[in-house]
Amino acid sequence: MRPIIRVENLSKQYRIGTRGPAYRTLRDALTGFARAPLERLRRNGHSNSETIWALKDVSFEVYPGEVVGIIGRNGAGKSTLLKILSRITEPTEGYAEIHGRVGSLLEVGTGFHPELTGRENIYLNGAILGMTKKEIDRKFDEIVAFAEVEKFIDTPVKHYSSGMYMRLAFAVAAHLEPEILLVDEVLAVGDAAFQKKCLGKMGDVAKEGRTVLFVGHNMAAVSNLCGRAILLDKGKIIAEGPTEQIISRYLERIRSSSLSSDLASRRDRRGRGRVRFTSVYFEDKEGNPIEQGVSGQPLVIVLEYQSVDNRPLYNCRVSVAVYDSLGQVLFNCSSELTNNEVITLPPKARIRCVIPRLPLSQSQYLISPFLEVNREIEDWIEGAMILNVVDGDFFGTGKLYPEGWRGKGVLVPHKWLFEQ
Amino acid sequence: MDSGIGEQTGLLEQAAPTTSDEQVKPKSEEAYALPNKPLIVIEPSRGWAPVDLRDLWAYRELLYFLTWRDLKVRYKQTVIGVAWVIMQPLLSTLIFTIFLGKLARVPSNGIPYALFAYAGLLPWTFYSSSLNSSGNSIVGNAHLITKVYFPRVIIPAAAVAGRIVDFAISFTILVGMMFFYGVSWTASSLMLIPLLLLLTLFALGTGMWISALNVKYRDVGIALPVLIQLWMFVSPVLYPASLVPPAWRVVYDLNPLVGLIENFRAALFNMPFNWRALAISTAVTFAMLIYSAYAFRRMEKEFADVV
Repeated sequence: MRPIIRVENLSKQYRIGTRGPAYRTLRDALTGFARAPLERLRRNGHSNSETIWALKDVSFEVYPGEVVGIIGRNGAGKSTLLKILSRITEPTEGYAEIHGRVGSLLEVGTGFHPELTGRENIYLNGAILGMTKKEIDRKFDEIVAFAEVEKFIDTPVKHYSSGMYMRLAFAVAAHLEPEILLVDEVLAVGDAAFQKKCLGKMGDVAKEGRTVLFVGHNMAAVSNLCGRAILLDKGKIIAEGPTEQIISRYLERIRSSSLSSDLASRRDRRGRGRVRFTSVYFEDKEGNPIEQGVSGQPLVIVLEYQSVDNRPLYNCRVSVAVYDSLGQVLFNCSSELTNNEVITLPPKARIRCVIPRLPLSQSQYLISPFLEVNREIEDWIEGAMILNVVDGDFFGTGKLYPEGWRGKGVLVPHKWLFEQ
Repeated sequence: MDSGIGEQTGLLEQAAPTTSDEQVKPKSEEAYALPNKPLIVIEPSRGWAPVDLRDLWAYRELLYFLTWRDLKVRYKQTVIGVAWVIMQPLLSTLIFTIFLGKLARVPSNGIPYALFAYAGLLPWTFYSSSLNSSGNSIVGNAHLITKVYFPRVIIPAAAVAGRIVDFAISFTILVGMMFFYGVSWTASSLMLIPLLLLLTLFALGTGMWISALNVKYRDVGIALPVLIQLWMFVSPVLYPASLVPPAWRVVYDLNPLVGLIENFRAALFNMPFNWRALAISTAVTFAMLIYSAYAFRRMEKEFADVV
């Protein structure tokens, strides 16, 4: 059997800074032009110092009917790969061939216009995703029923609730019928019930024999959907094989890199980067550094950060998400939920998040710190640090949590009442 | 990204309950008789490549839907909707007739000034609004460019297509004015068809080029309204081209809008055509269109990374 997708040494180079507000003004171009000969002299052949390979020599093959997961940390090159295969951006080097019609879902609801009605948006979005009018006509009722928006189909979508909006957007996408589907984390939408429905639909797609490339953060979804997985790191493929095996390698890598608490060198982070976390560690309630948390005991998560300039940080939002070893979020502690005042922080300091009674059983967890300043994400590192938790007397009865239940979900304080 | 919490907890809570035996199994091999030639080849493009017309044809419905969206949204968001299309040239005509026609006594080749001005403003408004909306179209549709593939040319083309509809609507007013002033239609009005085609192609050529430049250099978008305003005064919109001294005409006629607008009037009012100016307009239009098609192709590969 011949591959339906064949990728050979695909590479993509970005100029550093091109991913931010990269457009230039004419003035930049003119001054750049005047300076260019000088620059070239000065750099003396080291012209590559300002570029970064988002993807480097990636080669793989996908066979018809396969569902392949692409995993890796933030910045590993997953999205770049998908964008190249979707023809949104061109590779710098390499070659790929695709034997079939491609539908790509890098987000749901691309091109939705708030002023247009649900009906109009179905046609518009369908056309943008590559469906013909005939195809949309044929599937229209099915799409509306799947999205459960029958009553509001002639209402402008600006009046929709965000749930309805996402349901409609996904419903259109889910009814694409290309031979090859490229999907990027679009399932992170809506309520849990609808997510299940979407994953079910994705499963159907796979069973129909269509080929799917699925980029995912949620390891449970990847392992459910994909028969094979590809692990990317820093733009290169570092492992490829059966999903379970690749997922455990991925989690291992996260764990080993999290052991070093020096965050300054971590590159797998998102955000603008003008303020960065430099270190994460734990303390007990007396302020002594500790290696691990204890169930039911206080735990203080300390985040050290530093800003590139000396200005105070106005209107900050800090959060710490705790993931289990499968990459599922267990809970999220956010300053927005606990503090009503506007938070202003010094350019360099420590932030402490105090959890009075740690609701985790004995296992390993991952900590993901997040910092937003004035509504813009400055830094966000997934799996920045491992949190080891040992069993403690969470329930105050001297009894420990049963071994088979450890590491699954969180502990909830509760009591039982019995009638005599 | 509106909320960090949403971002972090947006991961799925629970995956669908698929058991392992339901896992993906490729169907029998015969089901996939793959063609020998790949449907899509992805590799870095080199040098100057022309526009892929086959690809463009495959996406023709998208051109229709984007045009339809632009029109729908434009008319929906305003209180008087479609009436704006007529109001704009009509109000301008009124003002210019009072100030230029009556007070400054600008000559109008013996045609009532109001009709003369409207007949100039009609093609001019079509061209300038086409250039303005197509010039800003790629930047304005950045959310599409970064998320989905389609031939990028469709975006500026849809912007021009929407203005054709506007033109058709305001043309009905011209028909009414011709009737009111008792000007009768003649066979030379047939020239309107090739003239409009040329004007559309010129709008497309310049619009495509500006839209692509605008992605890289945002100054272009800021300079565009100024350029459009100045351009109106060096085109025979509010005055006849005959007002320009013959010695200047050599340079003046290089503006392709001179040949197009002047002959647009000639076609309506049965006046002699200026073939020399028309030849220049035609040559410039096609040169511009071909250059833009190549330049656009060369710049479009960076759109998604830069916009």
